[in-house]
Amino acid sequence: MNQITNRQVICDTLCKAAETDKDIVVVCSDSRGSASMTPFAESYPAQFVELGIAEQNLVTVSAGLAACGKKVFAASPASFLSTRSYEQAKVDVAYSQTNVTLVGISGGISYGALGMTHHSCQDIAAMAALPGMRVYLPSDRFQTKCLVEELLKDEKPAYVRVSRLPTEDVYDENILFRLNRANVIAEGCDAVLIACGEMVPAAVRARRLLEKEGYSIGVIDMYCVKPVDKEAILKAAGGAKLLVTLEEHSPYGGLGSIVSQIAGEYCPRRVINLSLPDCHLIAGTNTEVFRYYGLDEEGVAATVREALAKDGAAEREGQE
Amino acid sequence: MDALTKKAYELRRDIIEEVYRSKAGHVGGDLSVIDIMTTLYFGVMNVGPDNWTDENRDRFLLSKGHCVDALYIVLGEKGFFDKQEAIDTFSAFGSKYIGHPNTEVPGIEINSGSLGHGLALGVGMALAAKMDHRSYRTYVVLGDGEMAEGSNYEGMMAAGHYKLDNLCATVDVNGLQISGTTAQVMNSADLGRKFEEFGWNVIEVSDGNDCGQLAAAYEKAAACKGMPSAVIAHTVKGKGVSFMEHQAGWHHGVITEEQYRRAAKEIEEVLR
Repeated sequence: MNQITNRQVICDTLCKAAETDKDIVVVCSDSRGSASMTPFAESYPAQFVELGIAEQNLVTVSAGLAACGKKVFAASPASFLSTRSYEQAKVDVAYSQTNVTLVGISGGISYGALGMTHHSCQDIAAMAALPGMRVYLPSDRFQTKCLVEELLKDEKPAYVRVSRLPTEDVYDENILFRLNRANVIAEGCDAVLIACGEMVPAAVRARRLLEKEGYSIGVIDMYCVKPVDKEAILKAAGGAKLLVTLEEHSPYGGLGSIVSQIAGEYCPRRVINLSLPDCHLIAGTNTEVFRYYGLDEEGVAATVREALAKDGAAEREGQE
Repeated sequence: MDALTKKAYELRRDIIEEVYRSKAGHVGGDLSVIDIMTTLYFGVMNVGPDNWTDENRDRFLLSKGHCVDALYIVLGEKGFFDKQEAIDTFSAFGSKYIGHPNTEVPGIEINSGSLGHGLALGVGMALAAKMDHRSYRTYVVLGDGEMAEGSNYEGMMAAGHYKLDNLCATVDVNGLQISGTTAQVMNSADLGRKFEEFGWNVIEVSDGNDCGQLAAAYEKAAACKGMPSAVIAHTVKGKGVSFMEHQAGWHHGVITEEQYRRAAKEIEEVLR
């Protein structure tokens, strides 16, 4: 099992790029440790800004730096970065189109047992609703590296959410990465699982279970939640009986909503949204919480199996 | 009357016309802050259309962005665009001269207007100057009502922490906000002490509508090393138009034709 977290990969990628680019600046809110940014702070102290526990300030100061030519990566726990600093993200980053990448660390339920205050299950909805803000949830370390390298090439705002723990590898060094294009991991005609972030490995594992039972299951890694890869969704909707979205997020306004909107408008197809429920979540490790809410491979496989069986029964009934 | 204060009165004439025509804007604050902006743009800052793309230009941020009506007049006078165009189209459908600063308008550094953002933006710009060893200074103008926004104190703390002597905040202390006096609404009195507590060099200006006093304060601010400076400018809301002075109701009042004539006449008399 991979032991390298996506946040470490972000730091490593920025350290490498900073060897030749003196405009890269990392900004933290007493979060250099939790964001794994300590190596950057130590290697490039002149390109690191500590702002203390003040996330609103973190975002606005980042925008000020960016307005003067800096390529800023502001890293802070996703829960605070996306909601406490929401207005700053809206005005100073998205509206002003400053070159700031907001790095939401320990996203979703990474801080499982710390409770609702530390969960970020609204961040996709919140950030995606801002005009000019891009939203990315990379799945594994290889994709995270590619994403950061690509984001360094442009000057537009983005929100990147990563989890706290190492994520199982989905790819290897030969990953084919295209910015704003989903990675189609497998094609299938019974159901296509469309997932983002940490849910991608779960989707891959669920596919393995279902394929053994004879189902044809596709998996799409929709790391680019906004701008979403519409073409990939429509292709999946056109070729499979069922779409299932998987996300570590509230049921409202996230990947499930976006996929349903597109499928509903252009290629009506049944979409099941697997997400965290709209309630205060149970405490536990992320593995425990995912299992409890049916977001582990067994839970996902059970949902798909049941839906396909029901659809099949309905179809047979119709034929009789 | 010194030349800059006189210029500010000339610009008041334009502000009144702009606000009268558009039936929009925040005229009370425009008239309290105009001397601060005039001093900065015509007496202190190294910024204009000729050096707009120069990385070393001084930066100006209007944190109390609702007084953009005054800023348009100053930027137009400075030659960034045709001032008359701003007067004619301020707040009109499809106009770029909207009710808060936005970068579609030449001369505006960054979008602002939601209160409590300017100081922290200024901290970022001042930090960038330090990183790049550039000599430009960053000037942020805030309102005293705005000082109730908590984010100001995060910015203040960071500026003091990093000893940003290339950052200068000015608070337009006109003592009034939309619901009444700042003392009644949310008392932000003794602002100077608040800045001092966060490690700022504080310069009190007893008449913040006197450009001479303001220019002297900015000179002191520029000379201060090792800490950011705050100019606490005590102004009069509605300054220059007798029936608007000290009236919270003129925070964003609409000017009638009769009031327009009276206001214009009063300003002309001062200029004469």
